[in-house]
Amino acid sequence: MNEFKPLPSLPPPASLTGVVGWLHKNLFSTPLYTILTLVVGYLVISSLIPVLDWAIFSANFTGNDRSACESGTGACWAFIGNRINIFAYGSYPAAEYWRLDICFALLVLSFGPQFFDKFPYKMWLGVFSLTGFPVICFYLISGGAFGLESIETGKWGGLALTLMLAYVGIVAALPFGIVLALGRRSEMPVIRTFCIAFIELWRGVPLISVLFMSSVMLPLFLPEGMNFDKLLRALIGITMFQSAYMAEVIRGGLQAIPRGQYEASKALGLSYWKSMGLIILPQALKLVIPGIVNTFIALFKDTTLVLIIGLLDILATVQASITDPEWGSVATEGYVFAALCFWVFCFGMSRYSQSLERKLHTGHKR
Amino acid sequence: MADPIQQPDVDSHSKTAIWNDPTFRSITFQVLAVVVLGWFFYTIFSNTLHNMESRGITTGFAFLDNTSGFGILMSLIEYDETHTYGDTFIVGLLNTLLVSVVGIITATIIGFVMGVARLSKNWLIAKIATVYVESLRNIPLLLQIFFWYALMRTLPPPRGSIQLIQDAVLLNGRGLYMPAPVPADGFGFVNIALLVAVIASIVLVKWTKKRQEATGQLFPAYWTSLGMIVGLPLGVFLIAGMPMSLDYPVLKGFNFVGGMRIIPEFMALWWALSLYTATFIAEIVRAGILAVSHGQTEAAHALGIPNGPTLRLVVIPQAMRVIIPPLTSQYLNLAKNSSLATAIGYPDLVGVFMGTTLNQTGQAVEIVAMTMMVYLVMSLSISALMNWFNKRMAMVER
Repeated sequence: MNEFKPLPSLPPPASLTGVVGWLHKNLFSTPLYTILTLVVGYLVISSLIPVLDWAIFSANFTGNDRSACESGTGACWAFIGNRINIFAYGSYPAAEYWRLDICFALLVLSFGPQFFDKFPYKMWLGVFSLTGFPVICFYLISGGAFGLESIETGKWGGLALTLMLAYVGIVAALPFGIVLALGRRSEMPVIRTFCIAFIELWRGVPLISVLFMSSVMLPLFLPEGMNFDKLLRALIGITMFQSAYMAEVIRGGLQAIPRGQYEASKALGLSYWKSMGLIILPQALKLVIPGIVNTFIALFKDTTLVLIIGLLDILATVQASITDPEWGSVATEGYVFAALCFWVFCFGMSRYSQSLERKLHTGHKR
Repeated sequence: MADPIQQPDVDSHSKTAIWNDPTFRSITFQVLAVVVLGWFFYTIFSNTLHNMESRGITTGFAFLDNTSGFGILMSLIEYDETHTYGDTFIVGLLNTLLVSVVGIITATIIGFVMGVARLSKNWLIAKIATVYVESLRNIPLLLQIFFWYALMRTLPPPRGSIQLIQDAVLLNGRGLYMPAPVPADGFGFVNIALLVAVIASIVLVKWTKKRQEATGQLFPAYWTSLGMIVGLPLGVFLIAGMPMSLDYPVLKGFNFVGGMRIIPEFMALWWALSLYTATFIAEIVRAGILAVSHGQTEAAHALGIPNGPTLRLVVIPQAMRVIIPPLTSQYLNLAKNSSLATAIGYPDLVGVFMGTTLNQTGQAVEIVAMTMMVYLVMSLSISALMNWFNKRMAMVER
């Protein structure tokens, strides 16, 4: 008897593998999809060509005034190159740019390694970025000590101011939000009521009205003769506003922790703050990392609103530069540049939170 | 009782120091909190009174009856310089509500389309939706508003208007011009017909539901009501001899006269708000659809339910439960973000009331309080409405 020998399997049909298979599966699987792909593809290509042409092929990259851009029909990136110092440093004196440069460098050095898993001493860097870094930067930027020339806050501006607002807001809003969230779940009715009122009040009004309030009403609240700096008032407004949002995010995490954890920590005889700090909060904060980072991103984007009360952040410097008659109509170029700056930071933050979420994914979720 | 086991002396063992007693602690903390807060608010209050006195600012709401003396770019009610500050408040409020409602509608439509498109099996469409969401979501809204406004200002002057529909719908640097409907005598009948149709539809839907629950028979209630709501007023309109004329915009001198005009500030704000909020809604919709387990779809198919009804009766109702709570907060965000209108000069509540009126009268406390109150009431009522809706949609568990 002959032994049974199966024929070798046939390869899959050519239309299901390789490029053709991919195209068939993802673009032309049904007649409706084929039509959709063709129509949408045509629209995309026909709109992308002029955009690319404007942004790259017919664009001007060098020059010092509007004459450089009069020749072409494309974007005038020379404008950005010409004004880059104002966008980055605002009206900070040019001779002192090095102080901001050091701060930018420190920012990169203390946060850059956080993206690499293998880097040692990450925790110490984190501690430094929350404690030493702000202090060093504050003295470097404002001066007035260690022989540095004092520079008033009115001259701070550009990307440096945006980052400063966002950084201080983030660092202050997180602990404040944690306290508010714990207060909202407190068993003491007075504390709870106050926290609920505080959170709902700030969450119910737009940030711009908070900023208006901090600029027109705060001077009325303070005793005569005492006055805050405009920048500080804006910072207080932003921090109050965002900590209310942060509190709600963290409350979500606190609610998601099973009751058994609370009871177990009590059974171990831990005090309230110990059980919160060692058992509940580490789990709760880990659960809501995406929400916390989303609040950070919202805060970062909301810093643009300070231009309405007259602070010169990056968007305000762009706004001021595009109306300069020295350059023609460069509004689009300016806005695209500012948008790109914000996009890089916000997109980076959201990607970082996704990777952190994957890394800390140790249970809870199935 | 001759129990040999001695009860331990409870009192002597649990006698803790008074500062370790939870009840005592809690009361102390609360009293402390009340005192500190009371002192804080008292200081603010007395400082404010003192400061206002020394600056000669009057208090109270009497200023609302004073003549405002400034015009407003766009108003839904009759308004000019001779009206009072109270009227400017109403004008601003209506403008805020208008842009919020219109924005919410468009943002919902764009958001749902994009959310579904991100899940499309068609690679190109899914990628376009992803690029849209990931790019616009990460750019500040204020920047987007400025961008659209700058784009609006590059439009040609009235003489070189872009004719979207020849001599009827025109787009230029001063806005979008459209023919305005002018109702004539007898148009009231059309309104009455519409009202009747709406009431009849509600009754019909209720009856259909009852009959389906009793007998299992279906009745195309939604199509019938749609037909009634469109058909009845249209029929009355035709029978009454079309009691309406259109007022076309006409170029006179350097500008258009007549017709309806949508100011560029409104369009820029509307577009930016819709496109920005839609990115968040798209993510919410996508998460909601993904949250419905695949088993549900398979079970529906196993029961022989076709694709359309599966989506309509099985997937969407379950996805809506996940979608509604975050959707509510996006609606609230949109309403609050509409206050960014100030930056481009759209006359919303913050712009005309907290801006111009405050600068003219100097009554900061009253004006800021009124404005914040409006937003608070708006927020709380939208969230109350959505909570009610959410309760109706929520899962009834055994």
